[in-house]
Amino acid sequence: MKLALKELRRRPGRFATATVILTLIAVLLMFLGGLLDGLIASSTGAIRAQDVDAIVYSDTAQASFVRSRIDPELRAQVEAVDGVTEVGGIGNVQLGARVPGNGPRDLASVALFGYEIPPTGVPEAPAFGQAYADDTLKADGVEEGMVIELGPARTPIEVVGFVSDTNFNGQSGMWASPDTWRDVLSQNRPDAQLADGVFQALVVRGSGDLPDEIDAATGATESFTVDGAVNAIPGVEQQSATFNQIIGVTVAIALVVIGLFFALLTVERTSLYGVLKALGAKSSTIFAGLVAQAVVVTLIAALIAGTLVVVLDLLIPPGSIPLQITPSRIITSIVLLLAAAVIGCAFSLRRVLRIDPASAIGTTS
Amino acid sequence: MTPTTGTTVSTALEMSDVRKVYTMGDGSDVVALDHATLKLGSDEMVALVGPSGSGKTTLVSIAGGILSATEGRIVVGGEDISDHNAKELTKFRQNQVGFVFQSVNLVPFLNARENLLVVDELGRRTGAPARARADQLLEELGLADRAKNLPSQLSGGQRQRVAIGRALMNDPSLVLFDEPTSALDTELGEQVMELIRNEMKSRGTAAIVVTHDERITHYCDRSVHIVDGRLEA
Repeated sequence: MKLALKELRRRPGRFATATVILTLIAVLLMFLGGLLDGLIASSTGAIRAQDVDAIVYSDTAQASFVRSRIDPELRAQVEAVDGVTEVGGIGNVQLGARVPGNGPRDLASVALFGYEIPPTGVPEAPAFGQAYADDTLKADGVEEGMVIELGPARTPIEVVGFVSDTNFNGQSGMWASPDTWRDVLSQNRPDAQLADGVFQALVVRGSGDLPDEIDAATGATESFTVDGAVNAIPGVEQQSATFNQIIGVTVAIALVVIGLFFALLTVERTSLYGVLKALGAKSSTIFAGLVAQAVVVTLIAALIAGTLVVVLDLLIPPGSIPLQITPSRIITSIVLLLAAAVIGCAFSLRRVLRIDPASAIGTTS
Repeated sequence: MTPTTGTTVSTALEMSDVRKVYTMGDGSDVVALDHATLKLGSDEMVALVGPSGSGKTTLVSIAGGILSATEGRIVVGGEDISDHNAKELTKFRQNQVGFVFQSVNLVPFLNARENLLVVDELGRRTGAPARARADQLLEELGLADRAKNLPSQLSGGQRQRVAIGRALMNDPSLVLFDEPTSALDTELGEQVMELIRNEMKSRGTAAIVVTHDERITHYCDRSVHIVDGRLEA
C-alpha cells in the first residue's frame, strides 16, 4: 500500500483524468441529492413542522387537504379517543399572491394555513387579516409589515413575521388564524368554503398508537404519524423514487468509471506487477494498493465536489431553484462514491490474481 | 529454513530430475524442461547458455520459485521447494532468491534507494535494518550519490547496478540474472559482468546468469548448455 500511495504522490498527473471525471460525477450526485432534498423540503415543510403525534384526514381524502373534511361531530369522536390530549384543526388554500412592487403577472405562490396548534417555529395564530410568511417569500420581495393580496379576490393579508421551512407542495407557507383562512377561502374559492368548525384535517397530541386507535374509533378517518403524513403527500414518494433512481444510476456510472480506469491501469502495469510478484509481493498486497489509490482519488474528487456545490448553493439566488445542500447529503454522497470505488476496483481483482510473475522474466529466453 | 537430508548449506541450488510439462489446448504435451539435474555451490556462478526457446527461462523460473515443476526435486539454500504451494513460494522468493530481470524493471516512480527498499516492504518489513542495508549496498555499488535519483535520471549501467542491489537486499542464497547484458553495448556489458562477478564472489552468493551471448560466459565459473529443455553435460 505504501508503494501505491507513493505513486499517487509522485505521479498525480496519471490520476488527473479519473479525478476530474469523478469530480464531475460527484458534483452531479450532490446536486441531484440537493435538488431532491430541496424539492422534498418545499413540499413537506408544513407537515414536518407539526409538533404532534397524529394527523387526521377524512377516510376518502387519500391524505389530500383539498379532498378532506372533518366536521365537529367527527372531531368530537377523535377527541374522545383514549390517549388523546389535544386536538387542533388545520386547513389550507393555495393561491397566487400579489406583492407590492412586482408586476401584475408576477405572482408569488403561497399555501395559506389556518391553524389552532402552532407548528414548530411558528408562533400562536396572529390577529384576523394577518399571517406569518415562510422566509422563501423574501425572494419574491415580501417584507415584514407588507400587505400582500391573495387570490383573484385580492384578499389583503398583512405579513407580521417570518418563519422557516414551512412550505407545502412547492408553495411558500403562510400561517394565519382559522378565521383568516376561512375568510380567504370563502372569498377566493367559494365552491370550497367551509362552515365554522369544519376543518380539512386535525392535528392530534397524545400517547399510544394514535393513528390506528383514532381510525378504529371513528371508522371515518385515515390518520398518520407525521412521517407517515409526509410520505402520503401526493407526489412525494414518486418524486423521491424518481430522484433516488437517478442517483442510483449516477453511482453506478461512478462505479463503472472507476472500474474501467483501474482496470486499464492494471493492464498498463502488468509488467510492473509481474516484477513485484517475482520479488515476493502477494496479490492481496497489490490489490490493496489499487483499492487505496481508488479510495484516495475518489475522496479527493468528492471533497472538491462538495466544496463546489456549497459555493454553487451560495451563488444561486434564494428561491430560484429548490436546492438544499446539507452536510448529511454531502457525507452520504461521499460514502456512496467510496463504496463505488471499492466495488469498482473488484473488476481488477481477477486480472491482478492472474498476473504471472514468470512474465517478468525474459521474453527472449 | 531447515536443511533437508543429504543437502548441505554449501549447496545453493540442487535440482534433481526436474521436468516441466505444459498441456496445450489440443491435449498434447510440451516438455519445456526434461530431466534437468543441476547443482550449484554456495558461491558458484554458472552461465546458462542456450538459444531462444531452449528452456532457460523455465529452468530459472523453477529455481527461483516462480514456477512449480511437474516432477523432480528442487532445493534452494537448504529449503526444499518441490511441493511448495503458491503462498509458500511467495515467502520463499521474499527471503531466498534475488532476481535481475532482462529489462531491469525498476519501479519508475521510486528513487534508487526506494527501489532497494521495496524488497523489504514486500517481505520482512524490518524497517531500520533494511534502510541501513540499502545504504550500504548503494555505497558498495558506487551509487551513494545517486540514491535519490529516479530511474529516468540514471544511466543504463547505473540502473543495472540498482537492480543488482535490489537482488541482494534480502541476502539471498541464489541470484538469477536474466540476460543482464542484452540491452548494453560491449564495453558496458563487460563492466556489468565484472561488477556482477565481484559482488557475487565478495558475498559468497551463488548466481545463474542466463545468456545466449558466449562472450560473457568467461566471467562465470562454468557454463551449462541447454537445448530443447535438456541440459548438456
